Amino acid sequence: MALTREQLAQRVSKEFKDGYYINLGIGIPTLAANYVPEDMQVVLQSENGILGMGPFPLDEEVDADIINAGKQTVTLIKGASIFSSSDSFAMIRGGHVDLTILGAFEVDCQGNIASYMIPGKLIKGMGGAMDLVSGADNIIVTMTHASKDGVSKLLKECTLPLTGKGCIKRVLTDLALLDIEDGRFVLRERAPGVSVDEIVKLTAGDLEVPKEVPEMIFET
Amino acid sequence: MSGFNKVINSYEEAMNGLVDGMTIISGGFGLCGIPEHLIKEIKRKGTKELTIASNNCGTDEHGLGLLLSDHQIKKVIASYVGENALFETQMMNGEIEVDLTPQGTLAEKMRAGGAGIPAFYTPTGYGTPVGEGKEVREFNGRKYILEEALQGDFSIAKAWKGDRHGNLIFRRTARNFNPMAITAGKISVVEVEEIVEVGDLDPDQIHLPGIYVDRLIKGTFEKNIEQRTIRSS
Repeated sequence: MALTREQLAQRVSKEFKDGYYINLGIGIPTLAANYVPEDMQVVLQSENGILGMGPFPLDEEVDADIINAGKQTVTLIKGASIFSSSDSFAMIRGGHVDLTILGAFEVDCQGNIASYMIPGKLIKGMGGAMDLVSGADNIIVTMTHASKDGVSKLLKECTLPLTGKGCIKRVLTDLALLDIEDGRFVLRERAPGVSVDEIVKLTAGDLEVPKEVPEMIFET
Repeated sequence: MSGFNKVINSYEEAMNGLVDGMTIISGGFGLCGIPEHLIKEIKRKGTKELTIASNNCGTDEHGLGLLLSDHQIKKVIASYVGENALFETQMMNGEIEVDLTPQGTLAEKMRAGGAGIPAFYTPTGYGTPVGEGKEVREFNGRKYILEEALQGDFSIAKAWKGDRHGNLIFRRTARNFNPMAITAGKISVVEVEEIVEVGDLDPDQIHLPGIYVDRLIKGTFEKNIEQRTIRSS
């Protein structure tokens, strides 16, 4: 079975380490904040200018001056700090954020990512994604492995305009966890009940399959 | 105006000197921390052919989106222009030119514009459509593109508190692009929630010194929320 959104969030949260400053993109990455283990401290960065972003506010706590990068109302945790957009991207570009998690339309085995623009369709803009992928060393892309019609999104070469070049080393899809090494995908884990053959069939880019590919384990 | 007193009392005076074809740098992220009434004054004036540098271009009903219905904007330099149907229509019809600029690059372009730096190298956008036609240079084995600074004829911004000399304090994430936007305008106009007397602000707590501020006006703010999200318990 392909992973659910919650399972994707749960699996990606296993990449968190105590003391990490983390930037979570909109969508599934944001959900991962719900799965921080209780014995672990992480601080969430929001690129519009927060370190120490907290959960959504209670109705009576809503403050129009406190929003996240997705323009949603949020709260600040104790010890949070606020800064300008130029300071925010200085810390992102400067490599000070420990982990960045974001979505994508396509990734290829050269580590290229396409996530902001489909030619011919509406162009909304890249927001902070280009800065995030060029600044972070430790990036995990969360995405669906293939389209509903079975067309792979893990390619030999991205077909859409790039968000970043040669910057992605780890991809979590609804079917598998893969690393990108030496110009190819390496299959590290598979979703429960998903066969290696199925993943091979839906991966268009070069793929190395180690002898052992463990299934992901989820505590429910 | 006299001496260092930057306070003015009318919006007409606030945007005095703005004419067709000028470039405006605006603070704000979405509808958070936007100079609501300065934008409304630009709409009232009907100034046209404007180039606007701002992270976003408002929504249909609020913020810079208000300048779309009368076709006042010629070009927008922004990182994200979604959530605005009128903008989409004008963009698709080619009535409005859009220069999509990565968010961090846009912030740094404004900062550089106010800081006397004509251009800077950044890794952001290398190998993507943003890097096309731009100078590439390698430093320590990594490729960077040259991005030029942004300066405006005017900058418009929003802060929380300002003293009469224009020393400013921002509040929460309404800070966003505002400090850099203010520094990048030849004439900078700032709308604040509260004007205090000189000496009321602790010098150590001032986010942006008044040297960058030309005109200060007290506004009232609607503070519209784009995505009101709450938890139940």
